[in-house]
Amino acid sequence: MAPILDINKLYKNYGATEILKDINISIEPGDFLVLVGPSGCGKSTLLNCIAGLEEITGGTLSIGGNDMTHVSPKDRDIAMVFQSYALYPTMSVAKNITFGMKVRGVDQATMDAKLKDVASLLQIEPLLNRRPSQLSGGQRQRVAMGRALVRDPKLFLFDEPLSNLDAKLRVEMRTEIKKLHQTLDASIVYVTHDQIEAMTLATKIVVLKGGIVQQIGTPAEIYNNPANLFVADFMGSPAMNLIPAQASNNGSGTQISIARETGETLVLNDARDLSLPQDVILGLRPEDIAEAGFRAGAGVQEATCMVDMVEPAGADTYVVSELGGKQVTARLHAETSAQAGQMLNLAFDMSKVSYFAQETGERLN
Amino acid sequence: MTDLSMPQTQTRSQSNTSKIALRWLLYVLLGLFALYYLMPLFVMLTTSLKSLEEIRTGSLISLPREVSLDAWKTAWSGACTGIQCEGLRPYFWNSVLIAVPAVFLSTLIGALNGYVVAQWRFKGANIIFSLMLFGCFIPFQVVLLPMARLLGMMGIAGTIPGLIFVHVIYGLGFTTLFFRNYYVTIPSELTKAARVDGAGFMRIFWSIFLPLSLPIIVVTVIWQFTQIWNDFLFGVSFSQAGTQPVTVALNNIVNSTTGVKEYNVDMAAAIIAGLPTLLVYVVAGKYFIRGLTAGSVKG
Amino acid sequence: MSEWLENHLPKVVLAPSFIAVLIFVYGFIGWTAWVSLTRSKLLPKYEIHGFIQYERLFDSPRWDTAINNLYIFGALFIVIAMVLGLLLAILLDQKIRVEGAIRTIYLYPMALSMIVTGTAWKWILNPGLGIESMVQGWGFPNFEFDWLVNPDYAIYTIVIAAIWQSSGFVMALFLAGLRSVDGEIIKAAQVDGIPTWRIYTAIIIPSMAPIFLSAFIVLAHLAIKSFDLVIALTGGGPGYATDLPATYMYAMAFSRGDIGQAASSAMIMMLVVFAIVVPYLYSELRAKND
Repeated sequence: MAPILDINKLYKNYGATEILKDINISIEPGDFLVLVGPSGCGKSTLLNCIAGLEEITGGTLSIGGNDMTHVSPKDRDIAMVFQSYALYPTMSVAKNITFGMKVRGVDQATMDAKLKDVASLLQIEPLLNRRPSQLSGGQRQRVAMGRALVRDPKLFLFDEPLSNLDAKLRVEMRTEIKKLHQTLDASIVYVTHDQIEAMTLATKIVVLKGGIVQQIGTPAEIYNNPANLFVADFMGSPAMNLIPAQASNNGSGTQISIARETGETLVLNDARDLSLPQDVILGLRPEDIAEAGFRAGAGVQEATCMVDMVEPAGADTYVVSELGGKQVTARLHAETSAQAGQMLNLAFDMSKVSYFAQETGERLN
Repeated sequence: MTDLSMPQTQTRSQSNTSKIALRWLLYVLLGLFALYYLMPLFVMLTTSLKSLEEIRTGSLISLPREVSLDAWKTAWSGACTGIQCEGLRPYFWNSVLIAVPAVFLSTLIGALNGYVVAQWRFKGANIIFSLMLFGCFIPFQVVLLPMARLLGMMGIAGTIPGLIFVHVIYGLGFTTLFFRNYYVTIPSELTKAARVDGAGFMRIFWSIFLPLSLPIIVVTVIWQFTQIWNDFLFGVSFSQAGTQPVTVALNNIVNSTTGVKEYNVDMAAAIIAGLPTLLVYVVAGKYFIRGLTAGSVKG
Repeated sequence: MSEWLENHLPKVVLAPSFIAVLIFVYGFIGWTAWVSLTRSKLLPKYEIHGFIQYERLFDSPRWDTAINNLYIFGALFIVIAMVLGLLLAILLDQKIRVEGAIRTIYLYPMALSMIVTGTAWKWILNPGLGIESMVQGWGFPNFEFDWLVNPDYAIYTIVIAAIWQSSGFVMALFLAGLRSVDGEIIKAAQVDGIPTWRIYTAIIIPSMAPIFLSAFIVLAHLAIKSFDLVIALTGGGPGYATDLPATYMYAMAFSRGDIGQAASSAMIMMLVVFAIVVPYLYSELRAKND
């Protein structure tokens, strides 16, 4: 099947500033693509380019197999949900939802029928005669989605749609969007700066930084095998521990030495036979460091470390220790007896380790 | 502002007495200033209701012994503006005929300009806007001579359409500024959403921006109406006998040297000429002030 | 074609206004500048003769009077209107019960035409029948107040009327400024035990510097353009004792048939306005683009 969205060598400049560089993305029908990155990384600009709200400087872009590079937004068969919802303030909810059809000259009966469908799908029937100013944030969000859904487009575009909601509502709406995606089997491009939102919603994630694609992959790929230090640091909370270390080949596997401010050098063995340079950055997620005895497996190595800080977080307890000059976080079970200032035996799951080059930050294994 | 800082050594009653005295002083001062601002209006009104005889013998601020509306009648339909003696009436209507279309056109064009500058930024749009803004500040003396020649060449010198044209041209800077500053506060996502919905430039203006614009339309209309109604420079420079606006006619009545000086008629005429803008101010003062501050504090 | 139009409609809509501004503002300024360098009299001539019009202008005693009057009028008008406006704004800022009504009264003169204002004050200041005779009637037969017809003092009558017209507006500007000061800073100062007058002089007024600048710009602009008020109040007289650059320019252009003089005096007016306004607008526009 033809990709629903195909972006090929896309460039976008504002004057002399390059905003987007050599973007190549392709998604299949039914995909939920999330563009994620820190603010200013170009993710919203990319979405605007897909929508046709911004002219692109170079490359091509096709939607549903048709070249859309120079087509105006109204002819791209897309619908868009905005961060500020962008509801038309002087129109009722019903008029907001049907405005697009009205502009396109759809007859009244079809409009009414579609409005009814969407309103019941989103459970906003009682709101149809209200003005946007009379709605709560969550209700506005629903109306904005209704305005997009009623169009039944080839591609939905979401521009940080949940960032104006409070934390609780954001989680609810996230679930709802995911459900909608599954029921409608819609193709979606979704922009967010929130990596948890990206992980929970996406079938495919694009991590952007400085207008350059850092990595494209499924949430699991991105999380487990980050392509570079930036992705490793950006995705996941608490962030992946990134520890400067020395690597050497010990015949059967790899020996890793990590300097410590207090006490002797920590030496860990990775059973994988990797040809690594001497100076590396070792990446290990907090959940891959556990209290000794609570983690088993072929790659698990135990070592005693000084506990600097204990942070109970309800379901888990985080323990911070200094390794290689960095504050390293371990995710322990809630009932741990670890105490600040005391030694603790920790289990490192070396099979989960990512290695990055110190110079370039690129992944090595 | 409440004063929380009374030294604790003072007893409560002492501080209360001085506070009350201060309050009284404050209100007396405010009252005196109010009298100062109201006095000219009061004098105008009472003088216009007095007979010439009473004006000569009585005091400036005394109330009329006998109220007479003769001066108002003369001012409206009989006072002389030079050789003609038709009162203010024809000139009052000239001002209406000038102000209404000029206000309408300059507001409409300003709204469209502001919409473009605020929501459809293109390369150079800001420079164009800056150039228009500078145009608000020129002393009009600098365009008086060439405009007089141009109106002559266009064949509308000394006509009401000529004055409408001049007022529209030199009103555009401010009307554009008003609408631009208003539309700039409307998130550009609204325009984007409407574009994705399939609406074009005019449709978005008509269906989305115009319905939002009532407050700024009121501000702009009031500002333009006040400016144009009160204009004297363009009126006196570009009109001829018969097409003069009311301000020019008023000045002619007051400064006409024929016959006896009728101060009561002058005052009645002045009130008539000032009444429309005064009425607008009383009815929509809030918007009037908003226009004044927006027109002076570029923000 | 319709696609092209739709894409370029914003530019098409803005174009007529832009062209109008180019011609009727900048083009006309250029025309006036050109003519100010010629020997034009009753009709414009386009042969450049250097700065003779400006030399004539600065040799003219009437222009000299006009410039002196502008100094006197401008300085007094701006300073008094600002002081009075600030005072009224502070008085009104004390949680006054009838604030709305008082504000309306202070500000209404701004809605009136300068011609109406001039007519009213011409009557009030009339030596035979106005304030002078009123005070004489109160039992001060030697009281004299003939500024309106006294060449040495007539310019001050214009100051009086202009202040009456504009000070309420300055008050409105300052009142808005006072209200926009962060309330928490004031509360903090009150908690620190700083007296109210010190809060005004040390905290609130210094933070209103931009408003002072705006008020100054507006008033200076009004002063330089003042024309109607002089015409209505004194007609520039007695003699030409109350001439301002604006009335000088008008007299040269429309009664004396001296277009060269009119153009050069208009150019001087514009230069003065631009010297005041351009740095202000420039900084405003730059601040916004940052």
